[in-house]
Amino acid sequence: MIKFFLMVNKQGQTRLSRYYEHVEINKRTMLEAEVIKNCLSRSKDQCSFIEYKDFKLVYRQYAALFVVVGINETENEMAVYELIHNFVEVLDKYFSRVVSETLTLL
Amino acid sequence: MPAPIRLRELIRTIRTARTQAEEREMIQKECAAIRSSFREEDNTYRCRNVAKLLYMHMLGYPAHFGQLECLKLIASQKFTDKRIGYLGAMLLLDERQDVHLLMTNCIKNDLNHSTQYVQGLALCTLGCMGSSEMCRDLAGEVEKLLKTSNSYLRKKAALCAVHVIRKVPELMEMFLPATKNLLNEKNHGVLHTSVVLLTEMCERSPDMLAHFRKLVPQLVRILKNLIMSGYSPEHDVSGISDPFLQVRILRLLRILGRNDDDSSEAMNDILAQVATNTETSKNVGNAILYETVLTIMDIKSESGLRVLAINILGRFLLNNDKNIRYVALTSLLKTVQTDHNAVQRHRSTIVDCLKDLDVSIKRRAMELSFALVNGNNVRGMMKELLYFLDSCEPEFKADCASGIFLAAEKYAPSKRWHIDTIMRVLTTAGSYVRDDAVPNLIQLITNSVEMHAYTVQRLYKAILGDYSQQPLVQVASWCIGEYGDLLVSGQCEEEEPIQVTEDEVLDILESVLISNMSASVTRGYALTAIMKLSTRFTCTVNRIKKVVSIYGSSIDVELQQRAVEYNALFKKYDHMRPALLERMPVMEKITTNGPTEIVQTNGETEPAVLETKPPPSGLQPASQANDLLDLLGGSDITPVISTAPTSKPASAGGELLDLLGDLNLTGSPVSAPAPQVAQPPFLLDGLSSQPLFNDIAAGIPSITAYNKNGLKIDFTFERSNTNPSVTVITIQASNSTELDMTDFVFQAAVPKTFQLQLLSPSSSVIPAFNSGTITQVIKVLNPQKQQLRMRIKLTYNHKGSAMQDLAEVNNFPPQSWQ
Repeated sequence: MIKFFLMVNKQGQTRLSRYYEHVEINKRTMLEAEVIKNCLSRSKDQCSFIEYKDFKLVYRQYAALFVVVGINETENEMAVYELIHNFVEVLDKYFSRVVSETLTLL
Repeated sequence: MPAPIRLRELIRTIRTARTQAEEREMIQKECAAIRSSFREEDNTYRCRNVAKLLYMHMLGYPAHFGQLECLKLIASQKFTDKRIGYLGAMLLLDERQDVHLLMTNCIKNDLNHSTQYVQGLALCTLGCMGSSEMCRDLAGEVEKLLKTSNSYLRKKAALCAVHVIRKVPELMEMFLPATKNLLNEKNHGVLHTSVVLLTEMCERSPDMLAHFRKLVPQLVRILKNLIMSGYSPEHDVSGISDPFLQVRILRLLRILGRNDDDSSEAMNDILAQVATNTETSKNVGNAILYETVLTIMDIKSESGLRVLAINILGRFLLNNDKNIRYVALTSLLKTVQTDHNAVQRHRSTIVDCLKDLDVSIKRRAMELSFALVNGNNVRGMMKELLYFLDSCEPEFKADCASGIFLAAEKYAPSKRWHIDTIMRVLTTAGSYVRDDAVPNLIQLITNSVEMHAYTVQRLYKAILGDYSQQPLVQVASWCIGEYGDLLVSGQCEEEEPIQVTEDEVLDILESVLISNMSASVTRGYALTAIMKLSTRFTCTVNRIKKVVSIYGSSIDVELQQRAVEYNALFKKYDHMRPALLERMPVMEKITTNGPTEIVQTNGETEPAVLETKPPPSGLQPASQANDLLDLLGGSDITPVISTAPTSKPASAGGELLDLLGDLNLTGSPVSAPAPQVAQPPFLLDGLSSQPLFNDIAAGIPSITAYNKNGLKIDFTFERSNTNPSVTVITIQASNSTELDMTDFVFQAAVPKTFQLQLLSPSSSVIPAFNSGTITQVIKVLNPQKQQLRMRIKLTYNHKGSAMQDLAEVNNFPPQSWQ
């Protein structure tokens, strides 16, 4: 099950967040900061799945933006990895000009 | 009031903020504006304001004051309002807010709305945050929509049904009839959500699982179509048709085929087909293969298929892409229990992964390596794992160390290898070793008797250089304490013996004691080790005494107590010292889960703090603790004393007098071998003082047991509260004649069910004219609470002649024995 879906930029500012399980609002900022810290510390040739607390993070980097999805162990990590890409492609198709512009701005 | 700014403007403004404080200020200003706008009940711009509020909420700022506004938006007729209203409801409202129930009616109306998009909104919201009450109320509507022919609504209804089932599991049966036709749809959206719904139902209820097994052929057919069909532009992802649906179907097949032969058989073909036909050049293909492998391993597949699956995993392991290696290692970990041999084939690749840079991969490889260790490959694997332990990150070291210990314990080819491995772990990752490893190691070392010399030598060399790693130092000090004599005598066969003098050994132990790096526990070990060496070493006893006395005033309470006790051992109880500090016996092997036994054998034999119990561990377990005579007999000090020390001929007078012969004639410094007699008085001095000062039962009348020829013997009684079968009798012998009685000996005998212990008398002379008395303490153990009877025998010298008398004492008061 997907626990949350985040788009966070390199500076740690959240651009999009959707939680599918209830998380207190003050805990959310903490969670996002920690998540982005974990993702930033990875180098390019490390795998995209991080074990964090009791769930996994699947992240993908697009220019300066990180898309991070938190999943539990019932999900297929690679399928979620594909899903992220699919999502970005859909955004691109719908809001084409906007997305490329936004990505550079982000 | 000017029109509130648009959302886009807001976002742009917030982006210009350069610091967190600036951003907060902007947001607070905007929040204030929004709040006043809400208060004015402005319908036109409510939608815009709520949208802005939602954005600010996403950034992490509180937005609870917008909840009611969301409800108002939902109730509005305009679609744009409804859309934002429902979105707000999904983000801001949940079961915890009381307001959410107000939505129920709105949702109900909207579920029956004429426009499908509005219905869709309502379904989404209900499926996202519906509470159990709402779900119960609206489940009927959802079920109706599940049967509609509109695929847009059907797929949303299916997801909403999933949520309803999660919240209210009892409603599952309600959705059962609607699921009949779900899989007949062509629309992939509906197919996908239906498969999710079916998966949820199967996971929750075994009956449903059995019911849906008949859908396996249909699922297989759908999957087949997906694979075989040509290019379909709306479902294509990197050349594969709808991989997400394929993965979902594979997962459902996994759940259906688990533990069921027929279904598994029906799936075999399609799984083989998917495994062979899927393109692996892109990540998408690999995702599908991964799911396939998981399914094959979980169902009752035939062996050919399993081998195929493991080969796929092996191929994944060799792939350059880290993600793929990671999932391969994860799945191998899951399958290693069942298909051990197949996984063994890939052992070398797995071991290579230990050297990978990626942390997640390393962790997986480490766990997998531990699972793969067996009797054959243990030496090679251990070498790799030890190398890994050297170079890995600190967060792994503790787990790796424990894993190595476990594996070494199970598969060690020889004791020497085992000890070497442990030493290696201690020296490389000593500070990360878990606390319970120290006692386990100590127990292991004591068990390998022939390796003692070798072990202690190696440990000594290890801490010579560096004594900062606490577990290593603890084990080393314990061993040096125990086997220091072997170290000094240089008896090691296994390797070159080193020349060590007693002073050098003491040097190292003292430096451990002094060092700032040593923990309090480690210091305790070192001090006890030094103490033990006092019996093993010959020339340096004075030095040891000095060290021990210094620590008698240490600030650390634990250390101080030990030092004081050891000091006492030197001073007053020097005779006990050798026996107390003897070599530890081989410890019982305990299971790794067993807790406490090993704790007490943590190396120490605490000498008796004399007010309390006699010397404990390290000796044969003192069996019947109540048995006073056994207390003497059970101690190492006097191994023989319980048997008859003096061979008295069986004199006339029957069993009672025979018992006299068996009595421990303490107090008479006669016949019994010197060490035996010398010790008990000291021990018992302490013990005898005990009952007089504590646990005194109130007033049992004393009796005169004997009164003849000027000699009077009184008995006073005490009962112990802690041990009701023990009666302590104090006798007082007084002399009313004009001449002293000398060489006075009092002896007593009791019937067989009793046990007697005579303590030493205060003296052997009773002065004349009642000017003094002899006191002596007798302890009687009366477990069966029978009436106390005693025969006494008195011998003394009076007026130049030896006198002897026998008497029976029958007038014991009932309170003394009941």
